[in-house]
Amino acid sequence: MYTQGLDQAGKDKQLASEAEDRLSAFQARVDAEEKIEAKDWMPEAYRRTLVRQISQHAHSEIIGMQPEGNWLTRAPSLKRKAILLAKVQDEAGHGLYLYSAAETLGVSRDQMVADLLSGKAKYSSIFNYPTLSWADIGAIGWLVDGAAIMNQIPLCRCSYGPYARAMVRVCKEESFHQRQGFDIMHALCSGSDKQKAMAQDALDRWWWPSLMMFGPNDSESKHSAQSMAWKIKRFSNDELRQKFVDVTVQQADFLGLSIPDDDLQFDDTTGHYTFGEIDWQEFLDVIAGNGPCNRQRLEKRKQAHDDGAWVREAAQEYALKQAARTAA
Amino acid sequence: MNSEQALNRYTLRLADNALILAQRMLELVAAGPELEEELANANFALDYIGQARMFYSYAAEREGQGRTEDDFAFMRDEHEFGNLLLLEQPNGHFGDALVRQFLFEIFYRHLLDALTQCADQRLREIAARAIKEVDYHCRHSSQWMIRLGDGTGFSHARVQASLDDAWRFTGEMFVADDVDKLMQDGFDGPDLAAIHALWRRDVGKVVAEATLDLPADEWMADGGKQGRHSEHFGFLLAEMQYLQRSFPGATW
Repeated sequence: MYTQGLDQAGKDKQLASEAEDRLSAFQARVDAEEKIEAKDWMPEAYRRTLVRQISQHAHSEIIGMQPEGNWLTRAPSLKRKAILLAKVQDEAGHGLYLYSAAETLGVSRDQMVADLLSGKAKYSSIFNYPTLSWADIGAIGWLVDGAAIMNQIPLCRCSYGPYARAMVRVCKEESFHQRQGFDIMHALCSGSDKQKAMAQDALDRWWWPSLMMFGPNDSESKHSAQSMAWKIKRFSNDELRQKFVDVTVQQADFLGLSIPDDDLQFDDTTGHYTFGEIDWQEFLDVIAGNGPCNRQRLEKRKQAHDDGAWVREAAQEYALKQAARTAA
Repeated sequence: MNSEQALNRYTLRLADNALILAQRMLELVAAGPELEEELANANFALDYIGQARMFYSYAAEREGQGRTEDDFAFMRDEHEFGNLLLLEQPNGHFGDALVRQFLFEIFYRHLLDALTQCADQRLREIAARAIKEVDYHCRHSSQWMIRLGDGTGFSHARVQASLDDAWRFTGEMFVADDVDKLMQDGFDGPDLAAIHALWRRDVGKVVAEATLDLPADEWMADGGKQGRHSEHFGFLLAEMQYLQRSFPGATW
């Protein structure tokens, strides 16, 4: 026993040293900007972080179809209807290849969908706000997709290859989405007083939730430091939020809209806008499930999943029959 | 009505079919049974909106009174729409919506094929472009008919009931009224009797492979082409037209 014990301790030590070597080799590859691929060794925590982030991103795309889909049947012109539909279709496509990117990390789409439906997995809180007017479709494109792009462009250089490559395509389409949103706002702001009021009302409701999309302040962000070291994340939440505010305030000026923040002002010394305090309690409430549409969004997704069960079962049964016929 | 006026009416009917079907499909967004089907539904609806826009734009040009595609889509009343009754029916479940797509698309594919041979150049061009899209739609809806029909006992019974229920709306496709006749005589337009035979052949083949039964041709509903719609249609238009009606003359 005693001898065996000694052997085990030596083995443990050796294993620990090997693990440390692998870990530092992994970090060296990341530091050298090499892409990590699906079959490469990676720390378990790196894999888990990516699965969480990529699946959350995929879920956000899928749930995000709902607030915009809400205006498909009521879009005010055939051209707007076609553009909005193309955008919603892109989102389904983004969901599909993000799920595929996550699957390369050894988790199945069925499992990810089950986690979404059970409430275990999260999606972007912004989609728990309602689209109450046509201008909200403009505001989502302009602000929400604008904020998403700020977050996502750096992800094209993410250390994990399949995710980085998926993001290249996602970002190309997102920048089209952002432009179409701005174009809707521009048309409204060039229109009648009622249309301008509709645009201002949408900005008033979407501004603060859009700023929350960048996540907690850096001092409160629990995943940030490790994700930065792994080059999953390249800029901090506050850096990206500041960049978004600087760009967007000028666009609002151009549209003739007012940002709903009395504390907003340009700081000559830093060259940036300073802005008021975000209502973090609201942010936490919405994440905890208490936003205006949390229940509605998840219920609709569950309903679609349940209603489709007989269709999926039939397709599977047919595939089995076909396989048996081919084999016979 | 002369044949030129008939061509205008005919073009609007084609546009209305595409738009009203697309509008119903839009109600299905984010409610599909699989993510892949979400993409297919959105993609096909986008094809139909594109076709509607081409037909409406052509109708507007022919009319020459300054109306636009949006005036046709958003500022006409129920009785001015000439789409088939089948296309305005509520979606129901996946099987109901599928049967509607399937029965219409097989018909529409043959109609477009005939239009690629008609005497009007613009309709020929639009049809030549649209048929490539509808070819693919037909493959998709036919495959799903077979999967559901030859799937589980439950799916078989369910899609058979959908087929039986939708059948009464198929007669209207093949009843030629004055517009159809003037289109056929004046512009070498589609021969609906010939298309009926092709449609029965193609539908019959898929239905047989799906192990389903073709319903009997009993009483058939009609009136959609002439602007006499079902009760559902007013609600569809009210929803679709609401912004244009609430803000007359606004630009979006």
